[in-house]
Amino acid sequence: MTKLLLCLITLGNNAFAATLPVAGTDIAKSWDAVYWFLVYLSLVFFVGIVAAMVWFAIRYRKEKNRKPKYIHGHTGLEVIWTVIPTILLFVCFGWGWAVYQDMIHAPANAMEVHVIGKQWSWQFVYKNGTSVTNDLYVPVNRPVKLIMSSEDVLHAFFIPNFRVKSDVVPGMYTSVWFEAKLPGIHQVYCTEYCGTVHSGMLARLIVLTDDQWKDWLSGKKIDVDSLPADPTFPGYRANRLGEGMPEAVAGSTGGQKQLTLADKGKAVVTAKACIACHSVDGSKMVGPSYKGLYGREEKVVANGKTITVKADDNYIRESIENPLAKVVEGYPPSMPPYKGQLSEEEILSVIEYIKSLK
Amino acid sequence: MAHTSSAHGSNYLNHSHGIKSWLTTLDHKRIGLMYFVVIMMMFLLGGIFALLVRWELFAPGLQFFSSPDKYNQAFTYHGAIMVFMVVIPLIPAAIGNCVLPMQLGAKDVAFPRWNLISYYVYILGATIAAATLFINQVDTGWTFYAPYSIRTGTSTTLVLLGAFIMGFSSILTGLNFIVTVHKLRAPGLTWDRLPLFIWAVYATSIIQVLATPVLAITLLLLVLERTIGIGIFDPKLGGDPVLFQHFFWFYSHPAVYIMVLPAMGVISDVIPAFSRKPIFGYKAIAAATFGIALVAFVVWGHHMFVSGQSEFANFVFSFLTMLVAVPTGVKVFSWIATMYKGSLRLDTPMLYAFGFLFVFTIGGLTGVFLAVVSTDVHLTATYFVVAHFHYVMVGGTLLAFLAGLHYWFPKFSGKMYNEGPARLASWLIMIGFNVTFFPQFILGALGMPRRYADYLPQFTSLNQVSTVGSWFLGVGFLIVLVNIILAIRNGKPAGDNPWGALTLEWQAPSPPPHENFFHEPVVTEGPYEYRGEKALMGGNA
Repeated sequence: MTKLLLCLITLGNNAFAATLPVAGTDIAKSWDAVYWFLVYLSLVFFVGIVAAMVWFAIRYRKEKNRKPKYIHGHTGLEVIWTVIPTILLFVCFGWGWAVYQDMIHAPANAMEVHVIGKQWSWQFVYKNGTSVTNDLYVPVNRPVKLIMSSEDVLHAFFIPNFRVKSDVVPGMYTSVWFEAKLPGIHQVYCTEYCGTVHSGMLARLIVLTDDQWKDWLSGKKIDVDSLPADPTFPGYRANRLGEGMPEAVAGSTGGQKQLTLADKGKAVVTAKACIACHSVDGSKMVGPSYKGLYGREEKVVANGKTITVKADDNYIRESIENPLAKVVEGYPPSMPPYKGQLSEEEILSVIEYIKSLK
Repeated sequence: MAHTSSAHGSNYLNHSHGIKSWLTTLDHKRIGLMYFVVIMMMFLLGGIFALLVRWELFAPGLQFFSSPDKYNQAFTYHGAIMVFMVVIPLIPAAIGNCVLPMQLGAKDVAFPRWNLISYYVYILGATIAAATLFINQVDTGWTFYAPYSIRTGTSTTLVLLGAFIMGFSSILTGLNFIVTVHKLRAPGLTWDRLPLFIWAVYATSIIQVLATPVLAITLLLLVLERTIGIGIFDPKLGGDPVLFQHFFWFYSHPAVYIMVLPAMGVISDVIPAFSRKPIFGYKAIAAATFGIALVAFVVWGHHMFVSGQSEFANFVFSFLTMLVAVPTGVKVFSWIATMYKGSLRLDTPMLYAFGFLFVFTIGGLTGVFLAVVSTDVHLTATYFVVAHFHYVMVGGTLLAFLAGLHYWFPKFSGKMYNEGPARLASWLIMIGFNVTFFPQFILGALGMPRRYADYLPQFTSLNQVSTVGSWFLGVGFLIVLVNIILAIRNGKPAGDNPWGALTLEWQAPSPPPHENFFHEPVVTEGPYEYRGEKALMGGNA
């Protein structure tokens, strides 16, 4: 009897748990804790409210209670049902905010991958210059930070198994990060409506074991079909647009020796003559030097006011596309805007080059 | 006591004759009815799109629509029609126009001509927007997010102009109601004796007047962006697409309360009348109404937790959004407490009020999941959000509208509908609604994104349940419609006050005369003072 009861409880629990995707990261697990807290809290309120309603409808219907009681309210009760929910709500807020802090702040040692969203595919660009469409290869147990932008309209990058999502916005960088714990394939969706093939803008997140990751880096082909399927839906293969595309391997983009992203950036700043005004060794020219720029706090003049900004991806991007928006103090506002002259990939390779000049 | 309807022959329906007398009428009740007819036509249109969308989603792949574009257009029209042309004007313009002046004991609204103009402004805007169906269908979604809405080669500009024009109707009606409440209250009808429906419509009107201009500016900027490329929202021209979302939600979040506050007002009137008790915590409910209206203006950013806005903005908006739940909870608890030790009449309006409480509670509680930043990150832009706002807007506003429709129908038609089909319909709608939308919470939590023409096969079974539910919902609405039409044709006379309710409109004959009351009513106490003999009246069931 107890065995049966236990069995039923487990069954019920599993059915309940099956309403969420598998938790593929540690943060997903703490996210789940907040979620289930909200679910049970909601159930308490919902069951209470509906039970009272049904009970009153039965107990106090006209046939059972001909004479209603003349009541206008009850101050004590009203205070209670104002104060207690308020406290509970701020518990929800606080716990949710704490988990959110972990969700958005990537560890400093996170491996960076660039993501370019475009109608209707995902391009993943690695520091070593490898570029893959619709398949994102990452190593297991290592923090990975995605730096994302869009070539056209809004998109959003969503990995349900990791509980991470962010809009991918043209003209600026957003990011998500995760540390995958489950090797295998995880489904990625676009979740910001982007036109005709929005529902086909899918990608596969392929989490590799350490050995597989070494193989992939060294240019070996990974047999993706033999990897574990998305653990949330074990019976189904993860999908991506362009099923049947050749599997990507690192270093597959160029015929000759592959350029790293930073190398590509160096080529861009040379070709566009950026280095005519910006040195790469710290010496002062018409504009600030690239050396040591990334991550530095800069005093800049914006709309006639001096403010301090951090030279991050978004600031450098703005300074390329619209340099007069924030001019570093002590330098002339003389740089022409480069908006529309560089591709998404060129911009992020320049940023990558500046990052490399520590 | 009220006048009996047999004592007179003239009422607002037969006061003057012919189509022209309707099209040029300044009578608030006729204008309310004309709103009702047009909004119901729009509801039918939006409902057909909803059923088509669900039909397509019965299975993965494309079956009904010939291309994803057609599907994208269908959900765009479903959303835009339902939000701008149905749910926003539904209770204020249709029920509010009929009921508000009468509950105040007034002959009409303060500015009857503006009232009629606002009706035609609505018709003009709705016509322009709906005309695009025959020109070149729009596929932006009802949110018009830039820069897609700037690039798409559809007649988005016309729909934007239509919504822009309809906004003026909303502002005019709001202004009219505010002045009416301030200036035309019957003698003795002090602020603390106002029916809670009036409080709700009054608060709604303030939101309409303050927020709608921002939408107008936003839509106009988008039109300018599309036509002459002013570069405010388009990143290619140096604009900021996230700014569009701020502008858009600055209106569209308060708009949620434009939709739901009047619904709460209806429920606050219906529950005491069918419990034969004073409303529990009158002042708390009135204050909560204004609390919600106030907070409504400072929480728009909770639509944008993953939009790329700053961490600080997320903190502030999440924190403030928590405050919405408090007054909402106060209202729900007070409604439940009103039933305690009452003498409940389970007529159709009360059944819808029960339905409202059931469904709206789910809508409100799941709102907390979306207000907490971390849980929102995963759930936003999935079917969880779709389910949540349908629980609030359909489950909340539409069920309250149906409660109001069945509550006030005898007053304005003079006829009583058939109770059997009305109850059957209320059950079908309740069951159909939950079967349609509850599975969508699970679909969303599992990761199924919204606005997907096609979906992965693992989501099939839950989508099929949802689609089957939509058929029950459709049949339920059809029964309501047929039942109401039959009642207009050959319903039994309703009497002046079939529910034994105490607000002023029930003192007038049914249907009311041209200027509502034969003698100006005088108010001596609050609107829900059900005691003594008055507590024992009312109810058919």
